[in-house]
Amino acid sequence: MSISVMLQMLAGGMVKSAEIFLLTLLFSLPLGLIVSFGRMSKNPIIRTITKLYISVMRGTPLMLQLMVVYFGPYYLFHVNFGSNYRFVAIIIGFSVNYAAYFAEIYRSGIESMPAGQYEAAQMLGYSPAATFVKIILPQVVKRILPSITNEVITLVKDTSLSFALSYAEMFTLAKQIAAAQTSFMPFVIAAVFYYVFNLIVAVVMEKIEDSLRYYN
Amino acid sequence: MKLLEVKNVKKSFDGLDVLKDISLSVEEGEILSIIGPSGSGKSTLLRCATMLETMDQGEIRYMDEKAAWVDANGQYVMLKGEKGRKVRSCYGLVFQNFNLFPHYSVMKNLTDAPLHNQKRDKQEVYAQARDLLAKMGLSDKEDAYPCQLSGGQCQRVAIARALMLNPKILFFDEPTSALDPELTGEVLKVIRSLADLDIAMVIVTHEMAFARSISDRVIFMDKGVVALEGTPEEVFGADHSRMQEFLGKLSQEEE
Repeated sequence: MSISVMLQMLAGGMVKSAEIFLLTLLFSLPLGLIVSFGRMSKNPIIRTITKLYISVMRGTPLMLQLMVVYFGPYYLFHVNFGSNYRFVAIIIGFSVNYAAYFAEIYRSGIESMPAGQYEAAQMLGYSPAATFVKIILPQVVKRILPSITNEVITLVKDTSLSFALSYAEMFTLAKQIAAAQTSFMPFVIAAVFYYVFNLIVAVVMEKIEDSLRYYN
Repeated sequence: MKLLEVKNVKKSFDGLDVLKDISLSVEEGEILSIIGPSGSGKSTLLRCATMLETMDQGEIRYMDEKAAWVDANGQYVMLKGEKGRKVRSCYGLVFQNFNLFPHYSVMKNLTDAPLHNQKRDKQEVYAQARDLLAKMGLSDKEDAYPCQLSGGQCQRVAIARALMLNPKILFFDEPTSALDPELTGEVLKVIRSLADLDIAMVIVTHEMAFARSISDRVIFMDKGVVALEGTPEEVFGADHSRMQEFLGKLSQEEE
């Protein structure tokens, strides 16, 4: 197999990796915010449940979580969701895992906000919802961006864990081609793909950070 | 008419009685200064009056409307709904450390609340903001962000922001404590210039000369009670040992 064929196949895989990446961000970023609200809730039951959720998500391997989401319905309840479920399971697994990490990042940002910002907003007649959306959240986003960038970069690499469910994203393909062709080349190409992807991610995140640098 | 009535307010933090049965009232257009040593409960009193802090006992009334009180079960209650919003829009507060919104320009700090919370006309709001900024000597700072301003400028923006909502009564919580003497001067000058706006002002301050010259009435607080109350002449000239001790300590430090 020529290198250009390998490149083509792996590029196709990379598109699938990027799909996992984007869909996971799309679901886990808002979900993480909701989880962080639960984690900071005044209600002790909600707080304990979210604490437990975060603890389990952070305390067990992501690969194992993917397997539980994919195989769990069948082994536990004898339900079969059909062949499309593989991709769905990956998105669910990644999203609920990353939401836990994002939740703690949101919490760190929200709890670092000085009480004076809430008090000023209250004195100026902002509703609690408007206070959060207009006053608190924009400042929180600026504060937590470096930590979010860390997680997003990790996510790019973590998409390779999908091989555990034999989903044909880039890393799964690279392993298959390497085994079939007894060649080291697919791994080199995979490494370059991941690295370039993350370079783009880092540049984009830096641009977003720069765009928020107009205030302190 | 009494704009504000604070009735028998008690407040304790972890068993420490910070406010021990405090009552006071503020008339329309009146300037009241609250002085006293640190820890005497001045700021807590202001925070209870502006409903940033709950109280253990007592009642806060604005314009003869019960705004916050403690019910029979000892539960703190705030006036809710449309009436509550109306009551809370009649007063403003200027903080010690300004609490401007750092991600908003000076103009947006001033205009966002009147536009979106009071739903007022855009042209009218901007005209008022420009007018106030001119009064504060900040006309060239419309598009600046708080981080680009000095502490004195920030505090003047904060005062303008509070005035934008057209309060009947404006509270100042040690407005110059975070500023050096020069910046203190410029902020005090601005507060002094508000005296003829016919807005009642309640000023917690450590600037004795300022309190003495601007106030219609002065309250001296000590250990959670109103120790002295009267005209500036009465309070500063009073033959009250704690008051004289407090002033004496101050003037000794100044020497």
